[in-house]
Amino acid sequence: MAATSTAPPLPPALADAVRDDASLRRFLHGLPGVDQVGVEQRAAGLGTRSIKKAAKLWAIDTAISMVDLTTLEGADTPGKVRSLAAKARRPDPERPDVPRVAAVCVYPDMVAAAVGELGGTGIGVASVATAFPSGRSSLKVKLEDTAFAVDAGATEIDMVIDRGAFLSGRYGQVFDEIVQVKHACGDAHLKVILETGELATYDNVRRASWLALLAGGDFIKTSTGKVSPAATLPVTHVMLQAVRDWHAQTGQRRGVKPAGGIRTTKDAVKYLVAVNEVAGPGWLTPDLFRFGASTLLNDLLMQRRTQLDGHYSGPDYVTVD
Amino acid sequence: MWDYAPAPESRDIANLKPTYRMFVDGQFVEGGGEPLKTVNPGTEEVLAEVSTATTADVDKAVKAARRAYERAWGRMPGSERAKYIFRIARLVQERARELAVLESLDNGKPIRESRDVDIPTAAAHFFYHAGWADKLGYAGYGPDPKPLGVAGQVIPWNFPLLMAAWKIAPALACGNTVVLKPAETTPLTALVLAEIIQQADLPPGVVNILPGAGDVGAALVSHDDVDKVAFTGSTEVGKVIQRQLAGTGRRLTLELGGKAANIVFDDAPLDQAVEGIVNGIFFNQGHVCCAGSRLLVQESVAEELLEKLRARVSTLRVGDPLDKNTDVGAINSREQLAKIEELTASGEAEGAERWTSSCALPDKGFYFAPTVFSNVSQAMRIAREEIFGPVLSVLTFRTPDEAVAKANNTPYGLSAGIWTEKGSRILWAAQKMRAGVVWANTFNRFDPTAPFGGYQESGFGREGGRTGLEAYLDV
Repeated sequence: MAATSTAPPLPPALADAVRDDASLRRFLHGLPGVDQVGVEQRAAGLGTRSIKKAAKLWAIDTAISMVDLTTLEGADTPGKVRSLAAKARRPDPERPDVPRVAAVCVYPDMVAAAVGELGGTGIGVASVATAFPSGRSSLKVKLEDTAFAVDAGATEIDMVIDRGAFLSGRYGQVFDEIVQVKHACGDAHLKVILETGELATYDNVRRASWLALLAGGDFIKTSTGKVSPAATLPVTHVMLQAVRDWHAQTGQRRGVKPAGGIRTTKDAVKYLVAVNEVAGPGWLTPDLFRFGASTLLNDLLMQRRTQLDGHYSGPDYVTVD
Repeated sequence: MWDYAPAPESRDIANLKPTYRMFVDGQFVEGGGEPLKTVNPGTEEVLAEVSTATTADVDKAVKAARRAYERAWGRMPGSERAKYIFRIARLVQERARELAVLESLDNGKPIRESRDVDIPTAAAHFFYHAGWADKLGYAGYGPDPKPLGVAGQVIPWNFPLLMAAWKIAPALACGNTVVLKPAETTPLTALVLAEIIQQADLPPGVVNILPGAGDVGAALVSHDDVDKVAFTGSTEVGKVIQRQLAGTGRRLTLELGGKAANIVFDDAPLDQAVEGIVNGIFFNQGHVCCAGSRLLVQESVAEELLEKLRARVSTLRVGDPLDKNTDVGAINSREQLAKIEELTASGEAEGAERWTSSCALPDKGFYFAPTVFSNVSQAMRIAREEIFGPVLSVLTFRTPDEAVAKANNTPYGLSAGIWTEKGSRILWAAQKMRAGVVWANTFNRFDPTAPFGGYQESGFGREGGRTGLEAYLDV
């Protein structure tokens, strides 16, 4: 197995886990199981938190600053990306105090267009890579895909893992791919998409989370958005537990990004409550938590206006990009 | 830092009245006893004045129940009784918000629990038993099982409305009439239930509700014309009742204290085990007879589990019971708070290691911060006596046999929890456990279809399910 080159050295117990294929398998299968009923009950329970007034406004602004504004369509054009970038810079043109979003997320060939619009703004340009969304190609192609996006100026890479390899138990192969993509990323941040909808069990989500963390992923991300179910609250709980436990063992903080299916402010607030109470308040920053979303932003903006103006406006008062 | 803004449920929803009266023979009437003042344990303010019964009132109520039994309820076809009970169930649902807020005001439990657990489960008990009323011939107690007559029922303060539902629903379904005494500190929701019973147009005397202290309960359970006594409360009082009833031929079921073990094996789903432990002991401030008050954890995972547990308990929000984000509300009374304080002090004196959440507590009201004792041994009082508060005692074990031996090493036997990913171990441990309810990879889950009851000093008889009907049928 390839060595993790860029990451700081792991504590001995974890360094042992990645020594060879067999050790990795033993480690992943030795993680405590996840009880489905229990985790879903806990997620539903935390979902009943009532977030009002100042707490809600804070949550809305924080959620806006965590959005990876995403367009991942075959029909994407530089024009579409430019208008998305404009939205990212000024989500609500009439209200300059609205925070900027964290990043814009596009396909590799659209990175150049996004960088042209966002260079110097501090807003990240994220690119999916590694034969997104299926990941079904050779390692060589995946690495070139990554390099293409990085060379075009992407500051963040959202890679997909090889679910086929993971489900057939070839953990070493998945690990090596992540390590090599991480290497190809250079300074760009790496988000590892687990595609939890295809992993099917929470035990697998936990194993894949640890696998990605061990291989040096800066973020673990639920989904491509192309598979249903995409992000769910219980899956995000399991992933937040993984980064929390990772921090307890290594002292490093890694991030989590649920993507796909989060469309309303109400949903976003539930996710933030989970971040706050499962991982901890330290994760309530765009450096460590992101929403992969497109329609969510406008709902956040409408709710923000509602909170400040005291009445509802309507979808015609926010820009559609 | 993200502080959740206060999100209190409006107390106006409770329709709180300055005075409440007892319910006898279909009417709200003044009792002959000294009125009691019921207090909001979250703020220590007096909520309302409630009239109480005297021995004469008890006699009047039992007579009314007897009349109703002989003239109406006992001879009514089950299909007709069912209609009344369904009506009660629906009315409980309709007035769920009012009942939830009133319950939290009077009892101190967080609104999240009264709203999501107590009231919906109470309604579910009425619905479930309404369904039985015309099917008793198929319950396995013969083709046409008969009711017992008049049931005298005494309930505790930890789940005021839910316990009333547990008692009244099966009694009515089986054709008995009821005289019920709610707890002294939490009489209000039972009296709103009386309103609902009036609204549902039950024949007068079928259900009578008599607030008061222990003396009213004593008069009720020892009344000669009561055919069946059902008591939920302390083991101490349960023993007194059993002595009183010995030799009278009157039926008795008791649901008493507990000191349940929650056993976590090393292959358990740890994060969910932590949730289950928290739910087991901090649900309803630990005022739960089946609370998982003893945590038995395998030594090989004890340290990791305790670390996760303390981190999780630190996130529990203690405070205003009416705030929708409160996880742990107020202790029900000053007396109970004193008892919890006394027992925790004994834990420290006996050498257990105390950890208490650093959460802020309100200035007024009865509150106790969630507390976890580690290095507890079976010999300590906190491992043997029921604390009935948000205090967990942690013991460790090395082998499954040791876990079972320690879990069963108690005069109680109400509930137990088993946490392991191994199905065969769940079955093995559940068989060895001397407890009426055994939960596997969960805790404190209640359903009207599942019988609930204890072993040894936790009482006898079952409530809920087909089994629970037996307590109210002449079989």
